[in-house]
Amino acid sequence: MAEPRIVIVGAGPAGMRAAARLVEAGLCPVVVDEAPASGGQIYRRQPRQFHRAAASLYGFEARKATGLHRMFDALLPRIDYRPETLAWNVYENVVHLRHGTESEALRFDALILAPGATDRIMPLPGWTLPGVYSLGGAQIALKAQACAIGARPAFLGTGPLLYLVAYQYVRAGAAVAAVLDTSPLAGRIAALPALSARPSMLAKGLYYTAWLAAHGVGMLSGVTPLAITGEGRVHQLRLRDSRGSEQIIACDAVGLGYGLRSETQLADLARCEFAFDAPSRQWLPVTDTDGRSSVPGVYLAGDGVRAAGADAAELAGRLAACAVLADLGRTVRPAETALLRRRLARTARFGRGLELGFSWPARLAGELPDATLVCRCEAITAGEIRGAASTFGAPEMNRAKAFVRIGMGRCQGRYCGLAGAEVLAAARGVPVEKVGRLRGQAPVKPLSISLAGAAP
Amino acid sequence: MTQAAAADVVIVGGGIMGAATALFLRRYGRSVILLERGLVGQQASGVNFGNVRRQGRFLPQLPLANRARKVWGELQELLGEDAEFVPNGHLRVCFRKEEVGRLEQYAEDARPYGLDLELISRNALRVRFPYLSADAIAGSFSPKDGHANPRLAAPAFARAAVRAGAAVYENTEVTAIAKAADDFILETSSRARFRAPIVQISAGAWAGALAALFDAPVPLQPRGPQMAVTEPAPYAIAPSIGVFSDVEEEGVYLRQVTRGNIVYGGGLRGPALPEIRRAYVDPANTLRQFQHVRRLVPALAALNIIRTWSGIEGYVDDEIPVIGPSAHTAGLYYAFGFCGHGFQLGPGVGEVMAELIATGATTTPIEPFHISRFARA
Ligand SMILES: Cc1cc2nc3c(=O)[nH]c(=O)nc-3n(C[C@H](O)[C@H](O)[C@H](O)COP(=O)(O)OP(=O)(O)OC[C@H]3O[C@@H](n4cnc5c(N)ncnc54)[C@H](O)[C@@H]3O)c2cc1C
Ligand SMILES: Cc1cc2nc3c(=O)[nH]c(=O)nc-3n(C[C@H](O)[C@H](O)[C@H](O)COP(=O)(O)OP(=O)(O)OC[C@H]3O[C@@H](n4cnc5c(N)ncnc54)[C@H](O)[C@@H]3O)c2cc1C
Repeated sequence: MAEPRIVIVGAGPAGMRAAARLVEAGLCPVVVDEAPASGGQIYRRQPRQFHRAAASLYGFEARKATGLHRMFDALLPRIDYRPETLAWNVYENVVHLRHGTESEALRFDALILAPGATDRIMPLPGWTLPGVYSLGGAQIALKAQACAIGARPAFLGTGPLLYLVAYQYVRAGAAVAAVLDTSPLAGRIAALPALSARPSMLAKGLYYTAWLAAHGVGMLSGVTPLAITGEGRVHQLRLRDSRGSEQIIACDAVGLGYGLRSETQLADLARCEFAFDAPSRQWLPVTDTDGRSSVPGVYLAGDGVRAAGADAAELAGRLAACAVLADLGRTVRPAETALLRRRLARTARFGRGLELGFSWPARLAGELPDATLVCRCEAITAGEIRGAASTFGAPEMNRAKAFVRIGMGRCQGRYCGLAGAEVLAAARGVPVEKVGRLRGQAPVKPLSISLAGAAP
Repeated sequence: MTQAAAADVVIVGGGIMGAATALFLRRYGRSVILLERGLVGQQASGVNFGNVRRQGRFLPQLPLANRARKVWGELQELLGEDAEFVPNGHLRVCFRKEEVGRLEQYAEDARPYGLDLELISRNALRVRFPYLSADAIAGSFSPKDGHANPRLAAPAFARAAVRAGAAVYENTEVTAIAKAADDFILETSSRARFRAPIVQISAGAWAGALAALFDAPVPLQPRGPQMAVTEPAPYAIAPSIGVFSDVEEEGVYLRQVTRGNIVYGGGLRGPALPEIRRAYVDPANTLRQFQHVRRLVPALAALNIIRTWSGIEGYVDDEIPVIGPSAHTAGLYYAFGFCGHGFQLGPGVGEVMAELIATGATTTPIEPFHISRFARA
């Protein structure tokens, strides 16, 4: 029998660990990633011509980062690694890849999707002004290019990344104007029991906040953002604090982010089943504990299934590889999977704590002024989405898309979809799961008509 | 058992055929109930390419297409919105010498039906449509055709029908139709029952099973034409343009919407799964289309597509639809199986069906589309 072909999409912590486990079993997986280097989001490598020390790039995670990079580099002779390669479609056991000007159709026996996550955005008036970045984007600018988004940036949103990025910016020499968290402090206190599932992570989080306070960075919790204003670029951020008074923060840039949203389009194209996840208020692909999707031969791991962080991604990647091996009839020691499952459950508990402590501020969607842009690709406002409900009677997102073009642009609703769903649900007065989710459509990212390629 | 809601006419299927028929029946003063399994215009009528094209059609269909074209021009008055109909013309071009004569022949044959087509030489094509490739050696231009937004059209008809007094039930699938004395009784998935002396079946690719309850089976295949749209580009392409070719794969067509995106489709069709109401785009077709749309408009090579989609259309083996009364059952009417070109016809079919149902006859010839053609086979 020919060796089974296993394709892994994503060379972040999940994909790298999956590859390693398959190599241990003597297999040679194909690993594709659209990025030029492996590492994924958190362990993103700097461009070749940059030479910053790992400690300055990854902080507390420096050892993990270099360890993982070394591990993956050692795999290279034994895997078929394809950087700068986009998986643009999955169709009947074939994954379609774009590399340069060519498309290639790769038939697979097993497909492990580990495409990670992106920032989750809640719009506010002024969020499309030059100088507003997503939180992750602000971090990437720093990590990859050693650039800051501004000299006096404010960070707005919620989630651990909010504090981490602010910390990284202060360390890089920026005068951080403020860290503004929409989650109330009480919520984080309520989440403490779950967060203590991983004491070292909790300690790190507390360390960042204490450090920021010690360095004089103003931090507010339970804020209601009102608007980002400025002539041609960001000058200030207006908000209501937790006591209800309006405050104005002078700043020259804003990093904006409310946790992460999973990149689920490939799973959708592969026709995996999805279910609504109430704590995170997202539709996510359904898997068993080991990462098997509802479609035989398709496995899901890491932040692409649910945003649970890098350590969980490593475990899930390895576990998904074990599931592939088991399904191919190879022996996997039960003790190995049992241990991975146990550790993953612990990180999942911590992840739940984060969702509780830093919850997505759904309520803000209902309060957005009609004129606020929600879908920036197509320039669709909150008012137009409400019009989809009132004028056209759109009961769910795909119908709203058909009528008013929300999510119809280049990003296919990856950035506006979740906020748009909250706006539509609020307008209709129904729970957000009732308005469904935007269906994924190929290509996953824009695809050049100049592309040449043959059928599989 | 629940009391059945009654009307003069019950229409099964809320695509553009059903929605337009509902509106026009109200104009004849008939009470109407429209039953739609999902949402109005969610299937073929809402996801098609948007061509409002007459040229190239089966000649005996031109009177119907002309009537439809007239309604397209009156949408604003009729519906209070125009569904983005732009009558900028439709251009057919060919790549092969032997095809030029056939374009010329069609133009000659279409003239008696009142469709005036302008034949354009290779050089004149270059001047008038500079974005076309040099491979296009001749064209046939239909100045009054154009394109519209399929996502808007059928729902706009249904909303106008509701304003005019029709009752539209969405999420209501007809599961059985039986004739009892003078009335049809329709059972639905929502348990509600409906009754009427007249029923129109306009259930698109799903109409086959319902029609087979009363008439000879229609050889109806579901297929999915393959569509894509580019990122926005500066507005340059006014008409809708299609390739005339016997090679199925080469038969692509495109149009540019005023906000800049270029919508295209055609070539090989993809699989359609009516049971789950999904049609897929085969990625191999996406790549094939790249090649053929580049051949038509080379500058497209500089653009990205941002989305592909398909939809479920019913194709009858003889490539023409089923329109008209049942061969056996009084009070039963059909309008389905539009073989990939029913969007343009929709408003005309609505008007003709309403006329036929309300007056017993229509001034537009529709005999070639009668369902009895299958009983004879
Ligand atoms: C912008 C950003 C910044 C973050 N910063 C931190 C941080 O500082 N600290 C922290 O603890 N966590 C951070 N996180 C979360 C952390 O990155 C993740 O938990 C972790 O990286 C998840 O690992 P993963 O392998 O699931 O996905 P990722 O690490 O995201 O890797 C996914 C990989 O898949 C590739 N990919 C995706 N789609 C395709 C496709 N269609 N074709 C080909 N390749 C594809 C991507 O290029 C990427 O390399 C951040 C997340 C984001 C989005
Ligand atoms: C991708 C694509 C591109 C196309 N491009 C063009 C074009 O450019 N120009 C052109 O003229 N034509 C085009 N067509 C064809 C055109 O879209 C169709 O011919 C036309 O929309 C058919 O309309 P309809 O109302 O008969 O069918 P549909 O729009 O399919 O409507 C039928 C309705 O019946 C409902 N239904 C089915 N069964 C039941 C039941 N048991 N109970 C209740 N309701 C039921 C369905 O839910 C559906 O809404 C294209 C088609 C497709 C799929």
